[in-house]
Amino acid sequence: MLHIVNKSAAERSSLESCLRMATKGSAVLLIEDAVYAATNGNAAAAKIQAAAADLKIYALGPDLAARGMAGRVLDGVNVVDYGGFVDLVAEHSNCQSWL
Amino acid sequence: MSDMDEMDDGSGIVKKFMFLNRKAPHGTVYALEGLEVVLITAAFDQDVSMVFTDDGVFQLMKGIDSKGIEVKDFSKTYRALEGYDIEKLYVDQASLDARGLTEDDLIVDVTVLSVPEMANLMAEQDVVISF
Repeated sequence: MLHIVNKSAAERSSLESCLRMATKGSAVLLIEDAVYAATNGNAAAAKIQAAAADLKIYALGPDLAARGMAGRVLDGVNVVDYGGFVDLVAEHSNCQSWL
Repeated sequence: MSDMDEMDDGSGIVKKFMFLNRKAPHGTVYALEGLEVVLITAAFDQDVSMVFTDDGVFQLMKGIDSKGIEVKDFSKTYRALEGYDIEKLYVDQASLDARGLTEDDLIVDVTVLSVPEMANLMAEQDVVISF
């Protein structure tokens, strides 16, 4: 399954809920304000790094760039563009958007 | 701005206004709307402070490139605030720390405050408007 999160982990519980429910081997794509969680020094970074052991973590590049965070992405997080977003949706049999 | 001066009703009352910014820049419209309200307020010659806490500190990030998401980059507007006599910009130290940021990561010169200092600043305002 592909999980998509779009809200800041400092404001909403959606990232935490997603990481709790995501099963081993699933993919998690961070978009919009959720990308901050995948940056160095963020309070949520430890959760992302721990989750990366069992899950594939992706972050949308244009959303990182629009927030001045392109150079701060955590090791182990894969940055994708819009084409990569489409590929992720196509590769997975189902997806869940954590609104 | 000179037109607004002529419309002054003569009361000459200056209040302390704080604009409290707690949202990241592009995920919602709050940051841009808040900035526009601050610029309007500047025309009324009030004592304006802008405060950035929580995800609001992300509004001031250097190196924003919003072409890829096809929205306006309004981060440069913060540098123009000085020209509108809005020079009191405050940032919460704890919010920077929780995001791995320092003052050097920000696009404008700010005063970084501790939690007690921020609390005192809020307490002395006549009006606090939150975005």
